[in-house]
Amino acid sequence: MIRVESATVAFAQGGGEDRVVLKGLSLEVPRGQTVSIIGSNGAGKSTLLNAIAGTVPLVSGSIVVDGRDCTRDPEWARAAYLGRVRQNPLAGTAGDMTILDNLALASRKGRRRLRLAVTPSIARDLAGRVAELGMGLENRLRENVSKLSGGQRQALTLLMAVLSRPSVLLLDEHTAALDPANADLVSALTKRFIAEYGLTALIVTHDMKRALDQAGRVVMMHEGRIVADVEGAEKERMGVPDLVDLFRQARGSDYAEDRDLLR
Amino acid sequence: MIQGILVEGLVYGILALGVFISFRILDFADLSVEGSFPAGAAAAAAIVTAAARAEGGAAWFAAAAPFLAVAAGFAAGGLAGFATSLVHHKLKVPPLLAGIVTMTGFYSINLRVLGGRPNLPLIKNNPLLDGARSWLGALAPPDLALLAAALLSALAVAGILDLFFHTEKGIAMGALGDNEASVIQVGVNPASLRTLGIVLANGLAGLSGALAAAYQGFADVNFGAGVVAAGLASVMLGELAIKSHYIGVQIFRVLFGSILFRGLMYAARSWGYLAGITPNDLRLLTALLIVGAVAVSKYAIKRTKPSRRGGKA
Ligand SMILES: Nc1ncnc2c1ncn2[C@@H]1O[C@H](COP(=O)(O)OP(=O)(O)OP(=O)(O)O)[C@@H](O)[C@H]1O
Ligand SMILES: [Mg+2]
Repeated sequence: MIRVESATVAFAQGGGEDRVVLKGLSLEVPRGQTVSIIGSNGAGKSTLLNAIAGTVPLVSGSIVVDGRDCTRDPEWARAAYLGRVRQNPLAGTAGDMTILDNLALASRKGRRRLRLAVTPSIARDLAGRVAELGMGLENRLRENVSKLSGGQRQALTLLMAVLSRPSVLLLDEHTAALDPANADLVSALTKRFIAEYGLTALIVTHDMKRALDQAGRVVMMHEGRIVADVEGAEKERMGVPDLVDLFRQARGSDYAEDRDLLR
Repeated sequence: MIQGILVEGLVYGILALGVFISFRILDFADLSVEGSFPAGAAAAAAIVTAAARAEGGAAWFAAAAPFLAVAAGFAAGGLAGFATSLVHHKLKVPPLLAGIVTMTGFYSINLRVLGGRPNLPLIKNNPLLDGARSWLGALAPPDLALLAAALLSALAVAGILDLFFHTEKGIAMGALGDNEASVIQVGVNPASLRTLGIVLANGLAGLSGALAAAYQGFADVNFGAGVVAAGLASVMLGELAIKSHYIGVQIFRVLFGSILFRGLMYAARSWGYLAGITPNDLRLLTALLIVGAVAVSKYAIKRTKPSRRGGKA
C-alpha cells in the first residue's frame, strides 16, 4: 500500500520563482493494485515516481508506504522496500559485473554481510529465476551485463527489481527505449511478475492501449495534478479514444490532436 | 638482485592493491595514499622503537611488537582513508581535493608520530625483519627467508581480498564504482560502503608502508612521495600483461604488475646510464610508463574490446 499526501515538489530555476512541478498531489494505491500513470510530457509523472523513491525531496506533503512514513528517509533506505525500473536500460544494473553478480546483488535488500554472495545453491536458484525471462540468459550467467542487448538488460533489471518482492514497484516508461518486439516482451514479463508476486505497481507510460491493458486503474496527470482517475467497471468500458476524450475534458481544452499523449 | 626486485615488488604490491581498490573498484581518484603509506611506516616504526625502549615486565610488548607494528600500519593508513572519506562525504569535496587535504595534513601527523624527526632508523632494532628471518629461516634458506615472508604477506592479502570481493559486501562495492544507482537500488548506503572501501584501500597502503619500513630499515616522512604514480603504473602494467574480467585474476595481476614495475625501475637504475638515464629520471620514466600504458590499452580497446573494467584508465 502506498499513500501520497498533498505532495508538492518544486525545482529552482535560474532567477525568479521556483517551478512547482507537483502541486499538492494526493494518491492512494491499495496493496496489490496496478496503476497506469499517463499524461503529456512535463506533466510531472517522473517527478512523482522520483518523489516516492526519494530521488527528489518534497517541499511539503508526505509519502507513506505500508503504513510507514518515509518522507524523510534517504533514497537508499527507501529502496529496501521499493523496486524501480527506469527508462534507461543502463540505469539499473552494473554493466561491468556478471549477470550472476547483478542478480545476487539484487536478491536481497538492505545491509550487506560478509558471506559469500554466490554459493552453488544460490547460483542454481538465480539461474532458475533468470530462465523465467525466456531469453536464454541462464546460460550466460558469467558474462558481463554490458554484453546484453537493451531489451535483455531491461528484462534483467525488471527481474532484479521484483526479486526481493518490494512493497511497491515503480516503473517509469521502462519499455520506451526498446524496439516494439522487446517492448511487448518486457511488458508481458511485467504483467506476469506483478501477478506472480502480487505486487503493488505504479507504471508510467505514454502507450494508451498498454495503460488500459496492464492495469486495473488509470490515473491521468496534467501540470502537476491528477486530473482523472478511473478504475473498475468504468475503466473496463474504456477504449483508447475514450481516454483521449477524458484527457481533453480534464485539461479543459479542445486541441484537435494530442500528439504528446498519443505517442 | 632478482630477489630484491621480487621483495620490493611484493611489498609495494600491497600498496598497489590499495590503489587498485580506490582507482579501479571504487572509481575514486584517491591521493591520500601519499599520506597513508608513510603513516603506516611511521606508526610501525614508532611501535617497534617504543617496544625496544620499554623496560621491565614488557617482554610481551617486545614479543608482540612485529604484529602490533603491522596492525598499527594498517590502522594508521585506514585512519588517513577515513579522514579522506569524511572530508569527501560530509563536505562534498571532490575525491582529488579530499585526498590532497589528507596527504597534506598527514605529513605533519607523520612527523609527530616519528617523534619530530623526518626519519626513524630501524637498523639496530627491526623485529619484523628479524622475525621473518627466524620464523621462516627453518623452512627456507636464510637468504630466501625475506622473499618467502614477502610472498606470504602479499599472497595472504591478495587471497583475503579475492575472498572479500566474492562476499555480499564485496560485490556491492564492485557495483558501487560501476554504477552507484544500482547499489542505492538494493537498499545500501553508498556513502558508508565507499567509506569502507577507502579505509580498506588506505589500510593496505599503510600495511605496505609498515612492511616497506622494515625492509628498508627506516621510516621516513617522504616515503609517500610518488607512491600513487608507482601504484598506478603497477596496476596498469598488470592490466597490460594479463587481460581478464575475473576479480581474482585482476587482484593477483596487480602483484604481478608491481613486480614488473620494480623490475623496470631496477633496469633503468642499473643500465639506464647506457641511454643517459640517471636516477633523477625515474619519476619521468614512471610518468611515461603510465602514459604509455594508457595509450596502449586505449589502442587495444579499439581493436579487441576487452571488458571495460580491464581497459578504462
Ligand atoms: N531535476 C530537475 N530540475 C529542474 N526541473 C526539473 C527536474 N526534473 C524535472 N523537472 C521539470 O519538471 C517538470 C516535470 O518533469 P517530469 O520529468 O516529471 O515530467 P514527465 O511527466 O515525466 O514527462 P515525460 O513524459 O516527458 O517523461 C518538467 O517541466 C521538467 O522540466
Ligand atoms: Mg518522465
